[in-house]
Amino acid sequence: MASGIKDKVVILGAGCSKFGERWDCEPADLMAEAFEECIADAGIEKSQIEAAWQSTGIDAYSVGPGAMPLSMGLRLPNIPVTKIENYCASGTEAFRAATYAVASGACDIALAVGFEKLKDTGYGGLPQRSRGVANDLYYPNLSAPGMFAQLAAGYRGKYGTSKEDLKRAMAHVSVKSHANGLKNPKAHLQRAISMEQVLNAPMIAAPIGLFDCCGVSDGAACAIVTTPEIAKSLGKDRLIAVKALQLCASNGQEGGYEGWDGSYVHTTRVAAKRAYEEAGITKPREQVSMTEVHDCFSVTEMVTMEDLFLSEDGGAVKDVLDGVFDADGKIPCQIDGGLKCFGHPIGATGLRMLYEMYLQLSGKAGERQLPNPTIGLTHNLGGFPHQNISSVAIIGEYGI
Amino acid sequence: MVGITAFGAYLPRMRLQKQVIADANAWFDPGLKGLAKGEKAICNWDEDTITMAVEAYQDCLGNAPGQAPAALLLASTTLPFADRQNSVVVAEALNLDTSDLRTMDITCSQRAATSGLLSALDIAAAGKEAVLVASEHRKAKCASREEMLYGDGAAAIAVGSENVIAELVASQSQAVDFIDHYRGEGQDFDYGWEERWVRDEGYMKIVPDAVNALLSKASVSAGDIAHFVLPTDQGRVPPMVAKKLGIKAEAVADNLLQSVGITGAAHVMLLLAHRLEQAVAGDLVLVAGFGQGCDVLLFKVTDAIAGKQAAGKGVSGHLSNGRPETNYNKYQSFNNLLEKELGKRSEVNKQGYLSAMYRARGLTNSFLGGKCTACDTVQMPKHKYCVNPECGAFDTQVDHPMAGAMGTIATWTADTLTFDYNPPAYFGMVTFEEGGRIMMDMSEVDAETFDTGSQVALHFRLKQIDDQAGFRKYFWKAIQV
Repeated sequence: MASGIKDKVVILGAGCSKFGERWDCEPADLMAEAFEECIADAGIEKSQIEAAWQSTGIDAYSVGPGAMPLSMGLRLPNIPVTKIENYCASGTEAFRAATYAVASGACDIALAVGFEKLKDTGYGGLPQRSRGVANDLYYPNLSAPGMFAQLAAGYRGKYGTSKEDLKRAMAHVSVKSHANGLKNPKAHLQRAISMEQVLNAPMIAAPIGLFDCCGVSDGAACAIVTTPEIAKSLGKDRLIAVKALQLCASNGQEGGYEGWDGSYVHTTRVAAKRAYEEAGITKPREQVSMTEVHDCFSVTEMVTMEDLFLSEDGGAVKDVLDGVFDADGKIPCQIDGGLKCFGHPIGATGLRMLYEMYLQLSGKAGERQLPNPTIGLTHNLGGFPHQNISSVAIIGEYGI
Repeated sequence: MVGITAFGAYLPRMRLQKQVIADANAWFDPGLKGLAKGEKAICNWDEDTITMAVEAYQDCLGNAPGQAPAALLLASTTLPFADRQNSVVVAEALNLDTSDLRTMDITCSQRAATSGLLSALDIAAAGKEAVLVASEHRKAKCASREEMLYGDGAAAIAVGSENVIAELVASQSQAVDFIDHYRGEGQDFDYGWEERWVRDEGYMKIVPDAVNALLSKASVSAGDIAHFVLPTDQGRVPPMVAKKLGIKAEAVADNLLQSVGITGAAHVMLLLAHRLEQAVAGDLVLVAGFGQGCDVLLFKVTDAIAGKQAAGKGVSGHLSNGRPETNYNKYQSFNNLLEKELGKRSEVNKQGYLSAMYRARGLTNSFLGGKCTACDTVQMPKHKYCVNPECGAFDTQVDHPMAGAMGTIATWTADTLTFDYNPPAYFGMVTFEEGGRIMMDMSEVDAETFDTGSQVALHFRLKQIDDQAGFRKYFWKAIQV
């Protein structure tokens, strides 16, 4: 039986650009901004990086195919660089690849960079794109909020939750994230919003309103990983280690077979169980200090609390409204503001989440620093509720 | 004995109130006010001649897959494709047995449907079954008389030599190059001539000539005709022609001018289907199709008419199934009558990818799923591996027709962000009673009653229109029952 990734790899440094409508920036400018912070934090030279992974989600709108954009953008020294795309989990996937490379012994120091330039489409929201020529013939005429709104219908159908209660819990999710983002200078959206604003906002895809949607931004984030031994040799004393990296891809059962009722995301549950096992976590509600989950839409975050077993099934509405996931709650969620305030430059998002967890665990989160977090969990969900890619990453203090 | 064996029809649910057309345009042509009575059936954005033809056939003969008529004839002057046989699309959407099926599009005249019916009857005379579907999605210029009078709809008439409900007694066809209106190549709209001339030189002379020839041939007296079908957008013409011929006033079929509008080449079959709903054994039915001459067909209703109705709603059912529409702008938009800002999200690649479409046509045209022969699991789309995790068998699936399946809404949304000609776009997960599920588009949603748990049926509809390339894609949509 495999021993898993726990404590085999640590984060040597991390960086994150300012997220937002970066009208004046090329993708290379964004990745450089994140990388300069990251390599300074790592305390190494560029020449010490032996391999790199680039995550971009919709390359047609930013840099085109292949991994040259990263290699050329950072003038990397002709090392192996690989482009990764796996829907909204792309950033975490780049991190997984770099981590596995180090864990395997193939290289000592590896780099993961995620970036996305979404604001060159000429309209708001994620770009319209093909799902493949054959799929386009029958896939519904969808938008991202439309697909995730399915969760709301499924959730109401299963638990009999009233439209009003569900909408209030969804609103609380957004109000909480905006309050957190207010304290983050790198967030795209830095302003508080009220419950009334959320509840009265224009409808985008019922019941998802404008403030139930995350922003759309340009941004980049990155991490450099190495072994605990090398990190120590470089003078690092407080090591933040990878505890678990799990990925689950739908195989078509949710969307094509009986059982799935639309109230949850099957793959997140599978990935979370595996991740807890890999990290040695038996009571997530007690052991996880904080989370950064894929709050593309407020309802996604709410349902994810159940899928990560942080809320009982059917209990997320109450937990959310009780403030369990607020900054001062038991398990703060999106302490950096989340996708809600950072937007979702697809390739960057997973690495942006890991950046925040790394800052929090290192005690470097400034005004929004949580008291003594030990375990941070990040979650990405790409695709649609009925067929998707879910990733769960857990990082924490080395050796605990 | 050769004749009609079944009948059916389809009318779009949207019924544009004619008053709103007049209200918008009377400043320009006050004469339109006089035509502003009642309503007309209009296609939703995702309906066209092909989709209505599919509906009409199903209304006539049901939604059972594998039906095997010898011929499917489609009559229309508004066929979506000038070179791609439209009747073949209809046949595949109906999941007919196409292994020995004659298909044909009949067009270019308002009497296309009667000519098609005559051809179908010739096939029936050879001992085979044939179905004539007539369907029309009509375009008219803003503020025109035609805009007030034209409607959209379809009808289907099945013919054969067994279980005949209306036997063909005789027929007569006359060809006359009488141009009451025309639509030239590359033109979107009809160009017509003065109504009084059309009436006096056209309907009042050409139709009686043909009818008299027929009655004489059949040795039938005009006074014995129980049903006289003559489609025209001139409301007073049918009674005038009937009077001239000596046909009883009560025999004249209601032209449905104020409830449907004149559905072009389809109208004669729509009126025929409507009258057959009311016909009794022994009735003589005279059907006239006018356009560059005249086709006339005389039928005698048989004892088999007793209890015979359309398999679906029939004309009467469709007439009462309408939803009043008062948004004239929506009608213009659906019919591409104005240049509308559709937003950047409409600017997606609409390329046809014909090879991929051909491979996928079992699903897209016929809504075929797969049924695993190892575990009986129904799944959509058909796949190399069974979706049932307990089975997972390889290469065990056979085509499984799902177009007639009843479904339930499991999840849904009303999406205002994505592009749709008629926002919000409704889509979600539909689960089927017999197994299988699919995330799909919905149409004709009644926002007041629609929710998780709603029952839906499947309908062949337009999925995407590429006006630039002149191409359109079809798929199935869930519509609340």
